[in-house]
Amino acid sequence: MIGRSLNHGSYWVLIAPAVVLMVVFYVFPLLQVLWISVTEPTFGFGNYEELFTNSFLHRIWRTTAFICGITTALTVVLGYVVAYAMAHVREQQMTAMMFCILLTFWLSVLIRAFAWVMLLRTEGMINNALMFIGAIDDPLRLSRNQFGVIVGMVHFMLPLAILPIYANLRGISQSYVAAARGLGGSGFQAFRMIYLPLSKPGIIAATILVFVFSLGFFITPAILGGGRVVMVSEYIRVAFEETLLWGKATMLSSTLLFGVFLLLAIVSRFVNLRRVFGAT
Amino acid sequence: MERNVIRSGSKLAPSSFSAAPHALSLKGIVKRYGDLAAVDGVSLDIPRGSFLTLLGPSGSGKTTILMSIAGFVRPTEGDILLDGARINDLPPEKRNFGMVFQGYALFPHMTVAENVWFPLRVRGQSFPESERAVMDVLQLVQLDHLKDRLPSELSGGQQQRVALARALVFKPDLLLLDEPLSALDKKLRADLQWELKDLHEKLGTTFIYVTHDQEEALSMSDEIVILRDGKIEQMGKPGDLYEKPATSFVADFLGKSNFIRARLIASTGPDQATYAVGEQEFNLRPAPATVGPGETVAIALRPEKIDISVTEPETTNRLKATIRQFNYHGTSFHLRVSAAPLGDLFVTVQAWRCGITPSINGELWISWEPEAGVVVRETVAIDDRPSPDGV
Repeated sequence: MIGRSLNHGSYWVLIAPAVVLMVVFYVFPLLQVLWISVTEPTFGFGNYEELFTNSFLHRIWRTTAFICGITTALTVVLGYVVAYAMAHVREQQMTAMMFCILLTFWLSVLIRAFAWVMLLRTEGMINNALMFIGAIDDPLRLSRNQFGVIVGMVHFMLPLAILPIYANLRGISQSYVAAARGLGGSGFQAFRMIYLPLSKPGIIAATILVFVFSLGFFITPAILGGGRVVMVSEYIRVAFEETLLWGKATMLSSTLLFGVFLLLAIVSRFVNLRRVFGAT
Repeated sequence: MERNVIRSGSKLAPSSFSAAPHALSLKGIVKRYGDLAAVDGVSLDIPRGSFLTLLGPSGSGKTTILMSIAGFVRPTEGDILLDGARINDLPPEKRNFGMVFQGYALFPHMTVAENVWFPLRVRGQSFPESERAVMDVLQLVQLDHLKDRLPSELSGGQQQRVALARALVFKPDLLLLDEPLSALDKKLRADLQWELKDLHEKLGTTFIYVTHDQEEALSMSDEIVILRDGKIEQMGKPGDLYEKPATSFVADFLGKSNFIRARLIASTGPDQATYAVGEQEFNLRPAPATVGPGETVAIALRPEKIDISVTEPETTNRLKATIRQFNYHGTSFHLRVSAAPLGDLFVTVQAWRCGITPSINGELWISWEPEAGVVVRETVAIDDRPSPDGV
């Protein structure tokens, strides 16, 4: 009744604070970034030309894509396993598992990255333990390389994969699997033909979430990569803060943004993203 | 086989979905959850090709028995035998039983045809190979025109038919049905009762049906097993159970019943007995075999077996009564009358030949034949049972 008596004008009044906030703190800075990318140092698309000509940038993009791809694949697979377990244990165990997952989520990303450095470095616990039991003679190179970066990133991203997959799996009725088995399907067939396809929305949501987060991630790669693994976001930081090439930094930021949009556009051709992310 | 006779008008050869019917035996099945016995020593022989219904209120163990047969529940004790071979240890997928689940459990991401294809697909049949069988069974349930729809695009009754088709397409040894009609509205339920029975006659497959709805059980079954607290209370043909309930629980659960607590006075031969409530005497035929004169008995008296009249009828089993309440049901009147010394009784009278116009506090005579009363064992106290009409 109240809703009907409001005309469109009054709706706008209600959402105006949110809109103003978004425009001032989000849309305006974003436009500024876009503006700088075509004006600094000179007006034009000079910065964007580098995307095609600069082989150093090519390498950075390749590294970024490779690490993000591997991280996403590992995270989603591991996340699925954890989420599957959570959806099938008793309520009490589920609560304990959820607590452990959220606990790592609440820890500072810096602390987690440095914890991994402690574990993975040449004199670290893992190398020491392996050498102590005689499994290896020389320490393995576990950090300051892509391996270390991927380990740290997967660890950080896991909750982002587990939560949407778990939410999806919770909604799959156990009666489907029971029906599949009652009709003659083995446990594996019931999983592959019924359960897995029904968990597709969760897998897609997790994949997108983790991949997009990975693209813009820089603390963990910077710390665990030890400067040897340079991803786009780390390079942007350097360009902003150290080499002061704002034109180049904003160009890369914009490219990253458009890249994500392009990716979502491609994905949305195959899946209903609104449904995947829970819109009705 | 007699059951396999094709009904006129059906294009389909029904034998294409009916494997030779199989017989199932349960021997002393017990299922305990901790201290609680959900099923407590159930033994049962289900003959080939029969339509057997497990009937009982919730918690009576009927679903646990069905799930044991299907292989989802492992009995704590006892054996399940299919044609004499023990199948306790076989997982569900190795049993080759068709199952219609409560709520159907149709796979939501598959079309109707894909759902029906599933049992054949997991048995290693490709689609072209099994297309014929899928289409035939969809024709059998009259859904061939909807084969490309998703389950969510079907009505409840159509979903039910898909579930049936999916459970039949691989010629199961048995068909297990877990409350398949409970989600449907009343009219559709009645229609599907006809269809299910018809399907059973066409196929000749052994059907094991679980329900809490006594009407469904009575209308479709060859045999009904009534369960209470994990045990078999009584089993038999629908008509026998209804006419000759052995216990107060059966008389009350299957249909509606009045109960009279009376003293048996005398048996005049096996044919006739007399019982009394207070000073009032009534006749009973035949005489109960298990109880003798002087004993207190519980007698079940169906509401529809009581006649009403304005003038005093010439029979021993008659009482003057006052109408306390009445409900009109179109086909019948349901009356609650008060008749000393029996107290309140429920009477069902066909509306179109009800001799009187019921009115509250209206007076009338009630009477019943000596054959109408049945002596029952009192497994549920007859004094605190809920009223048959729910009023």
